[in-house]
Amino acid sequence: MVEMIERLGALVIDNVTALGNFVLFLATALWCAMTPPYKPRLTIRQMRTIGAESIVLVALIGAFTGMVLGLQGYNTLRRFGSEGALGTVVALVLVRELGPVLAALMVTARAGSAMAAELGSMQATEQIDALAVMAINPIQYLVSPRVIAGIISFPLLTSIFDVIGIWGGYLIGVGLMGAPGGSYLNGIAQNMSAHDIMSGLYKALVFGLVVMWVCCYKGYHAQRMATGVSRATTEAVVLSSVLILAWDYFLTSILL
Amino acid sequence: MATVEQNGKGPVAPVAIEVRDLRHRFGAQQVLNGVNLDFLRGHITTIVGPSGCGKTVLLKHLNLLLRADSGRIVIDGVDVTQLGNRGLDEVRKEFGMLFQAGALFDSMPVFDNVAFPLVENTRMRREAIAVKVREMLASVGLEGMENKYPSELSGGMQKRAALARALVRNPKILMLDEPTTGLDPTRTGSIHALVRHTQQRFGLTVVMVSHDVPAVFEISDRVAFMHEGRMRLTGTPAEVTAANDEVFNRFLAGRAAGDERDATAL
Repeated sequence: MVEMIERLGALVIDNVTALGNFVLFLATALWCAMTPPYKPRLTIRQMRTIGAESIVLVALIGAFTGMVLGLQGYNTLRRFGSEGALGTVVALVLVRELGPVLAALMVTARAGSAMAAELGSMQATEQIDALAVMAINPIQYLVSPRVIAGIISFPLLTSIFDVIGIWGGYLIGVGLMGAPGGSYLNGIAQNMSAHDIMSGLYKALVFGLVVMWVCCYKGYHAQRMATGVSRATTEAVVLSSVLILAWDYFLTSILL
Repeated sequence: MATVEQNGKGPVAPVAIEVRDLRHRFGAQQVLNGVNLDFLRGHITTIVGPSGCGKTVLLKHLNLLLRADSGRIVIDGVDVTQLGNRGLDEVRKEFGMLFQAGALFDSMPVFDNVAFPLVENTRMRREAIAVKVREMLASVGLEGMENKYPSELSGGMQKRAALARALVRNPKILMLDEPTTGLDPTRTGSIHALVRHTQQRFGLTVVMVSHDVPAVFEISDRVAFMHEGRMRLTGTPAEVTAANDEVFNRFLAGRAAGDERDATAL
């Protein structure tokens, strides 16, 4: 009985310590981002990796998501004779919900996994130790630029996702299925508020922070072996994906 | 400044790094169990010992990557165990470190790797950095390799490039973690010769962890034999060998048997 309580206690202490380290990691990264020496060039390079190099993927997924919404939305709304509301439905679903979530999931799969693997590999080959010995703060050099780049890139990618998704919905709903084109665009203009757009962008910003935080943390703390890198990458993608959906619920509750 | 006596013949050199009663525990395992050691200025001191005896952990304390549970490390009169992060960075600027696998940044060519400490930590002009990098690459025999990536270099060349990076800021102290791991005997010999040549040329204090006994004794001024988390023998290679210590002899015999097995396997 005593042994069981000891084990439970050790488990609790381990988890609380891990959570503390996880939070401290982000706090350090944000603090380092705000204190000199600043690394704008590294941040821009990471924005290229996380943002610019993800545009094609995000655009592709955005287009197909919008096309599916156009198809499903038209067929559903037609039952109620409300085809004119197609634009409003597609735009609101994309801007408030699917845009930030799907864009974040795609960037996690593409850039987040690569980031965790890269940092894990640097840990395994002592490149992170080498930075520290050269009196260069590894968090400031490796993590802060990625976190800042994520916070900037995710809302931009989400905006691209939204616009292309709305265009995909128009292409299928209006172009193929025959919904009225004027109502599609007018519905969006009349029914979508700045609050709708901003709530989607706030979500994207939080997802950017969460994904970069998780992926950098997992990679940075990878065990120094080949399986350590692969495990870190898997954990980074799985945890990021779960946290995106969990935070989506909480943010939706707050921003509604 | 503290000095050490050797063979009763008076002080031989000032102490560059002084380690006193250093202890470190990982979970239930006491890895460093009261290490006491002096590293003399301008000398090559090699730490040898069986796998798992705490050599690399000790080196990670010396290059300030790990914090000890207790004990002192005094570098040039400064107790670094009392320093904060900013103070540690100042001390680190006096170090050059060659990691076991080189730890070159694989996303950068050799030139950028060697230039990296100067680009990040100094205000040197680009032209001056280029001159310095080429000079360092020439000193380790890597002229013309500036544009190669680490993956395009052999193991020995990677070690040389990493050595050039370690030396580019003119450090006072050079630390080497198993610099000949994974190299064949010819390349091992050339890296040893390069370490000795570099130490003499720049007057460096060299701290080396090596498993390469007794070959490494040829270039070492002092040897420290580590066993079960503490120093068992220290002295010149001749003194350590002559001590006829049972554990050290067993370690040497084990190494020799291992080398023989490797040779047979080849």
